[in-house]
This record gives sequence, C-alpha cells and structure tokens, in this order.
Amino acid sequence: MSESRKIKVLVTKPGLDGHDRGAKVLARALRDAGMEVIYTGIHQTPDDIVNTIIQEDPDAVMLSMLSGAHNALCPVIMEKLKANGIDDVLVGVGGIIPDEDKPLLKKHGLQGFYGPGTELKEIVEFVKNNLKR
Amino acid sequence: MTEIDENKTLKPVKEERKEKFRNLSNIDIKRLYSPEDIKDFNYAMDLGEPGKYPYTRGAYKNMYRGRLWTMRQFAGFGTAQQTNERYKFLLEHGQTGLSVAFSLHTIYGFEADSDKALGEVGKEGVSIDTLKDMETLFSGIDLSRISTSMTINGPASILLAMYIVAAEKQGHTPDKLRGTIQNDILKEYIAQKSWIFPPEPSMRLIVDTIEYCTKYVPQWYTISISGYHIREAGSTAVQELAFTLADGFAYVESAMERGLDVDDFAPRLSFFFNSHNNFFEEVCKYRAARRIWAKRMKNKYGAKQPESLRLRFHTQTAGVSLTAQEPENNIVRVTLQGLAAVLGGTQSLHTNSFDEALCLPTEKAVKIALRTQQIIAHESGVADTVDPLAGSYYVEWLTNKMEEEAEAYFDKIEQFGGVIPAIKANFFQKEIANASYKYQKDIEARERIIVGVNDFQLREPCSTPLLKIDEEVAKEQVKLLHNVKNKRNEEKVKDTLRKLKEIAQGTENLMPFIINAVREYASIGEIISTLKEVFGTYIEDSVF
Repeated sequence: MSESRKIKVLVTKPGLDGHDRGAKVLARALRDAGMEVIYTGIHQTPDDIVNTIIQEDPDAVMLSMLSGAHNALCPVIMEKLKANGIDDVLVGVGGIIPDEDKPLLKKHGLQGFYGPGTELKEIVEFVKNNLKR
Repeated sequence: MTEIDENKTLKPVKEERKEKFRNLSNIDIKRLYSPEDIKDFNYAMDLGEPGKYPYTRGAYKNMYRGRLWTMRQFAGFGTAQQTNERYKFLLEHGQTGLSVAFSLHTIYGFEADSDKALGEVGKEGVSIDTLKDMETLFSGIDLSRISTSMTINGPASILLAMYIVAAEKQGHTPDKLRGTIQNDILKEYIAQKSWIFPPEPSMRLIVDTIEYCTKYVPQWYTISISGYHIREAGSTAVQELAFTLADGFAYVESAMERGLDVDDFAPRLSFFFNSHNNFFEEVCKYRAARRIWAKRMKNKYGAKQPESLRLRFHTQTAGVSLTAQEPENNIVRVTLQGLAAVLGGTQSLHTNSFDEALCLPTEKAVKIALRTQQIIAHESGVADTVDPLAGSYYVEWLTNKMEEEAEAYFDKIEQFGGVIPAIKANFFQKEIANASYKYQKDIEARERIIVGVNDFQLREPCSTPLLKIDEEVAKEQVKLLHNVKNKRNEEKVKDTLRKLKEIAQGTENLMPFIINAVREYASIGEIISTLKEVFGTYIEDSVF
C-alpha cells in the first residue's frame, strides 16, 4: 500500500463477551501508532462484523475474544468474508485462545494470535508487517 | 526523590532503586511514614472499636475469632447437571457457601438456541433457561442450609424468582433463604457491559427486588454493589473505591425515593471488591470503604441502625492479575491478594484458580485455590486478632489518602448530576480506559514488573491441563429447553407473560408477576423479551 494512506484497522468483539479492556487498550495503541482505528464496541454478531468490513473496507481486523466462543464464531466470520469475495483483509485474534485451537482457526485464515501478557508493540508490528494489500 | 517534604534525618543514605515508588492508584509512596503523617489522627473518630462506628477496624467486634469468612468459590459451566456436580465437589472439600456463574446467554436473557447464543452456551458459566434448570442446579443441596450468591444483573429478579420457586419445591419458604443477587446494574454500564435495559427501568427492577425482599425474603442480600468489574476493566484502586460507593449511594437514593425507610433496606446491601497486587493499597481500600460508607449513611441518609452503617463485603482476587506465563506463579499472587482481603476484613472470599488466564478452572486448580484460603485461615495466625495492621503510620496515612481521593471523585460525579448522568456522559468509561491504558504502558516501559511477563521470562512451553467445554453442551441445553416447552401449559405461560407486560407498563412491583411466570416455566428469554417490549434496550457509545 502507498505510504501516504493510513493503515485502517477494525477492532471488534464478537459474541456476548463484555470484557472489552483488551480491545480498547489495543484500539488506542494502534491509533497511537498512527493507524486509523474503528472500534465497533461489544456484542457483534458475525453478520454485524462482516457488514462493517464491507462498509469500512479496513486493511486489518482484530477480533477480541475471551469467552471461549472463538471456535464457533471465527470460522463463521471467515466463511462469510469469503462468500462476499473479501480475501485481502488481515485477520488476527486476541484474548484467551488455547494453543490446541489455533490450527483450526489458522485453517480458516486467521493469522495472528495474541494472548494475555502480549506487548502492544508486538501487535502493532504484526499489523504493519502482514498486510495483504 | 519525590517532591514530598522529608526532614533531613529521613533522607535516604544512598540512591534508591527507582526515582518514584507509586502504588496502583499512582499515589506516591514515601520511604518512611511517621507520626507526622497522621498528625490529626483520632482513634475514636477515625477508627473506633471493631463493630462500632465508623467501622474502620472491621464490621464486627470479634471478626474472625467469632466466625471465619465464608469461603465462596465462584463456579458454573456447562449444563446445570455439570455445575451441580462441581458444587457437590466444593462442598465436600469444605467450601461454606455457593456462588453461581451464569452462561452469557443467561446473563443477557437469550435462550440457548438464539443466534446470539452461538458458541457461548455453558462456556463462561452455567446455562440456565428455565426453572427446570434451576431445580437441577441445586438438586441434592438443601437451600435452607446454604447461602448462595448469584452473579446476575440484568435478569437478577428472574433468577431470584427461580431460586425462590426452586426452594419452595424443596419445601422451604422464602424467609429461610440466605444469599445474594449481584443486581448491580450501574457498574454494568460503567464497566462490565452486561446490561439489557436502559438505566431508568433497570433501576426500577432493582428497587422492586429491594422492596420485595425486604418484605418476603428478609435474609437475602438484594444488591452486591460491585467494584470488582470496575477494577477488572482497568480502573485504579481509588477509582474502584469511589465509583463503587457512588453506585451504592445512588441505590440508596433510588430506594428512598420509592418511599422505603433507609433502615429497612440498607442492612441488606452488601459490597464486592477486587483484591489486586499492591498489598497495603488493597487493605487500606477496604478500611476506607467501611469508614466512608458509615459516615455517609449516617450523616447524609440519616440511617440509625448499626446494620445500615456497617459495610460488609465479598472479595475476589484479581482475575486480571493472573498471567498465562508460568501459571503456577499465580498461586502466590492469589495468596497475597487473599491475605490482603482478610487483613482488610472481608466477610467472604473467592480465590482465583491459577489456570484462569488459560481456561475455566480445572478441579485441581480450584482445590488449590480453596486450600489457599484454608491455609490463611487456619495456619497463618492472621485471623487471630482483629485488624492487626491498625495504627501503622503507613496504613493509617494511606487509608486517609484513599478516602480523600474518593471524596474528590464524589464531588466530580455530583457535578454531572449523579451516577446515571455521569454514565451517559461516559465519565467513568473514559476514566477507566485512561487508567487501563496507562497501566499497560507502564508495564511495557517496565516501570511496573510482572514476574514472568516483562521480567524474569522463561519461554518454556505451557503444559497446564485445560478444562474445555464441549460444543455438545449447547445441543444438550437446547434439548432440555425444548423438553420443558413441550411439557408446560402454554396458555398459562402466555397469561403470565401478558400480565407481566401490563404491570411493566405501570409502576406496581414486578417481582410477584415474575415469580408467576417463572413458576409456569416461562424461560428467561421469554420474560426478558416481554420486558424489552416495554423498557427497550440500551446501546452505549464505545469510547476508547
């Protein structure tokens, strides 16, 4: 992508989990790193998220999930993106994702996994270095 | 050195490890405290005897010499049947009270087969749809002999109604029941985010439960005014203290506006605080909380009964302080946090399990957490005397300081016109977002050290066994719900829901009508949907 345009990131919380501390801290860190950040707030269904991606056209999407619903929700989000012809958005996930669940999520196209204790700059670098467009 | 004025004899003899020593509320801590720091200290007025106004030293005269705190581990996952087995395990190992964690779909009032419940059923707590699940949850547990805390807010009145009817089916009248519903909606808008309705109808439901319990369930604690979630969302200790007590004052004012006598309902309000890493800060927070509450209840609200002035609280150790790195270290963190709660005079305690940054707690981890409390209680000797830290220059100074800073927040909230206007202006939400961002930045700048995370790291693979909730749980729960719906009397369900809607449109107390609907096996989802038709829902601005 061109140097002049800001990287645009969507930070979102799928499902009913209300623990939004991590999502908000990350949103702020990405903004402080010079990116344009949209935070959807909590309680987003897969359809809500895909619709926001279609409207906002972000370069990257960071999902925040702590409730254990990732195996049910992430594949649905990724399938719906594919069905809408969207394949150039980087998707990462933060929260509590056990190692054994990662292969399945990777197969569906999720790239970065960031658990408790991750430094914000690590996620900022992930977004900067893995963009697909 | 800090700008704090120290006389020459107290000057440090050599350079110190850090330029500034700050606690988690960002209060500067001096090298040494002395009588100079508590010059106006007056034992009778500032502390008083334990069990006497202003209750700084403790809610009760004998404290743990009389009765130890209630060891109450929060638990719930999967179906009611699975959680019932965990409760029996905990009771067999010496736990003395139950504490129910509900599944997210229950917390928001959606049925297990709703689209909104996808992936959530039984993951974070026990899945409850109807009275039938509640009967299973407490099957084989005598509800007249145990106290039960239920962490439920939006639908608190419905879960309480289910508990009352489940007990009735065991043969117990409501006056025998002991326990707590969290029922603290204000902190949901502020921090935890599991609201359903807008603030005003939510406050009505809360006052309805207060009024109902005052008459019919007199041993029930009607609100657990909670700082726990405010802290977990990233507030400082001072913010936790101030925002929680401000919420408490708002509930008192709402109930008084309904015409209730403060001394009739205040004895059944309780509190719920966090215990984080900074040991003395936590102890002082609890001591300050008791003093602030007693003063305000007496001087502003005119409460006269000691039970109205006495702040009682539950504590849970800080989930957010647990690390996924070297999880066994969490056992030590939890021990220190639990110890702070006990030295601060808690009435009940949940100690977190060491594996909770990775998954729901396994049975082994839960047992260690409970054993931690038993060791503090029976081996350490800290429970042998009341408020053993009183009189320390540092502890009394910090208790005063926390009270002062909380008072400054009360003034700010007052300027917004109270808690609800301050929520609508995103005041609390912004304060918390700023504090949590600063905390994270401090960690990344290594101004605060978290062992195994930003210092002393070992990159070894994690080998902790994890508890996983099978996706089959959702199918099982949906089957249970459909079975109930096939067996119940649909006409009666519809009648009770119609009546509930009619009452919701007026001002009469909703509790008896919720109980009627529950008794006919109306689901939480159906009851909440009915109330939403009248009350609407709440949508927040997401500030970060």
